[in-house]
Amino acid sequence: MASTTRISLTVNGRPHVAEVEPRKLLVDFLREDLGLYGVHIGCEHGVCGTCTVLLNGASIRSCITFAVQADGADISTVEGLARGSELHPLQDEFSAKQGLQCGYCTPGMLMRACEILASNPDPTPAEVRSAIASNLCRCTGYQFITEAVISAAARMRAVKEAAS
Amino acid sequence: MKPPPFSYAAPTTLAEAVGLLAEHADAEARVLAGGQSLIPLMNFRLAKPGYLIDLRNVAGLSGIRREGDVLVVGAMTRMSELERSPEVALAAPLAAEAIGLVAHTPIRNSGTIGGSLAHADPAAELPAVVLALGAELVAAGPAGTRRIAAAEFLQGPFSTALAPDEILTEIRLPVWHGGYAFVEFSRIHANFAVVAVATLVELDGDRIRRAALALTGVAPTAIRATAAEQVLAGASCDAQAVSAAAEAAAENCSPAGDLHASALTRLSLARTYVRRGLELAISRAQNER
Repeated sequence: MASTTRISLTVNGRPHVAEVEPRKLLVDFLREDLGLYGVHIGCEHGVCGTCTVLLNGASIRSCITFAVQADGADISTVEGLARGSELHPLQDEFSAKQGLQCGYCTPGMLMRACEILASNPDPTPAEVRSAIASNLCRCTGYQFITEAVISAAARMRAVKEAAS
Repeated sequence: MKPPPFSYAAPTTLAEAVGLLAEHADAEARVLAGGQSLIPLMNFRLAKPGYLIDLRNVAGLSGIRREGDVLVVGAMTRMSELERSPEVALAAPLAAEAIGLVAHTPIRNSGTIGGSLAHADPAAELPAVVLALGAELVAAGPAGTRRIAAAEFLQGPFSTALAPDEILTEIRLPVWHGGYAFVEFSRIHANFAVVAVATLVELDGDRIRRAALALTGVAPTAIRATAAEQVLAGASCDAQAVSAAAEAAAENCSPAGDLHASALTRLSLARTYVRRGLELAISRAQNER
């Protein structure tokens, strides 16, 4: 048994303490130890983006991050987006605008879209297309994904304005 | 596609990190910065360090500060922090422009400037930046720290002047207020460059007082296009000088063909991108006045 390292981190708002092998990738920790199977594994070398999660609000590739590197961090995965049975506007618009297609890239796309809209709440379609170039969709349905992000952005702005 | 086992430490001081590196030399200890190059290599089992020293908790390795005419960047500073920094945009716009071309945001959120330079991928953007600027890289080892000129630091593909027991701690970028441009050809947006050119020009009226050009993708590591720089020094800023420099730049190139591009294609790209880089850098220098 290889030696383990103790890490404590917050995932989707819940604190966790765990003993992990240093070589355990963050994506495997999230899936195997925490049961968050929404975090998908694709290329395992940082190219495809389906494993994208947020670390302290910034998108990262969890397949080229060790779990030990997330010690003390605040991690958000696709499982943390919905509020109970109410989907996040991005999830809802991905569904309404056919942005899911086969669904494999969706968790990464959604988390990357969260980061994009946090820094730019009103992006142009060209800005969305450029920003999601970090994530591959092999159904090649980027048009639907872009439309979904734009629609969700409008809804999120409306919610924010209504609240202020 | 999973990394091999290794022992791990996350020290909080540089002295501790340097000590661990020496202590575990037999286990092929390596330093872990952002991991954006090292972890994929480990996933492919192309790298099998027996001991990883994670620098993320080491105090004082991250951050950007101005020391007179030098912008000092901690080796553990994330690329996305540099990309967003108003100080970098002002004092080292060449670095800011180049970093925008390094992979995608999620990689730049984790990847560090020091990690990229110490990894020394021959197709990476940052080596050309430090070479053009004449930056110094600071290394800490058991005997203390030393400054290494960028030209000496870059020794070959994945090879630097860092000794096995040394850690890159700082990058010292001379402040640049003249014209600049970082341009590259890559087959897919955000891929490694096939050919990249870092350009700096300083004008004196309608003449070029000084130019610095560094190229990636045309030699085993990033190189200075000294022949082109000589052509440009004192020349008037016109299309003729730009063309002559683009021709001269090829003199310093010794590209090898690979699956990305043949040697001839790389030479042709070098001429084209030297021309584009110079045109952009000159126009920026002129608009600055």
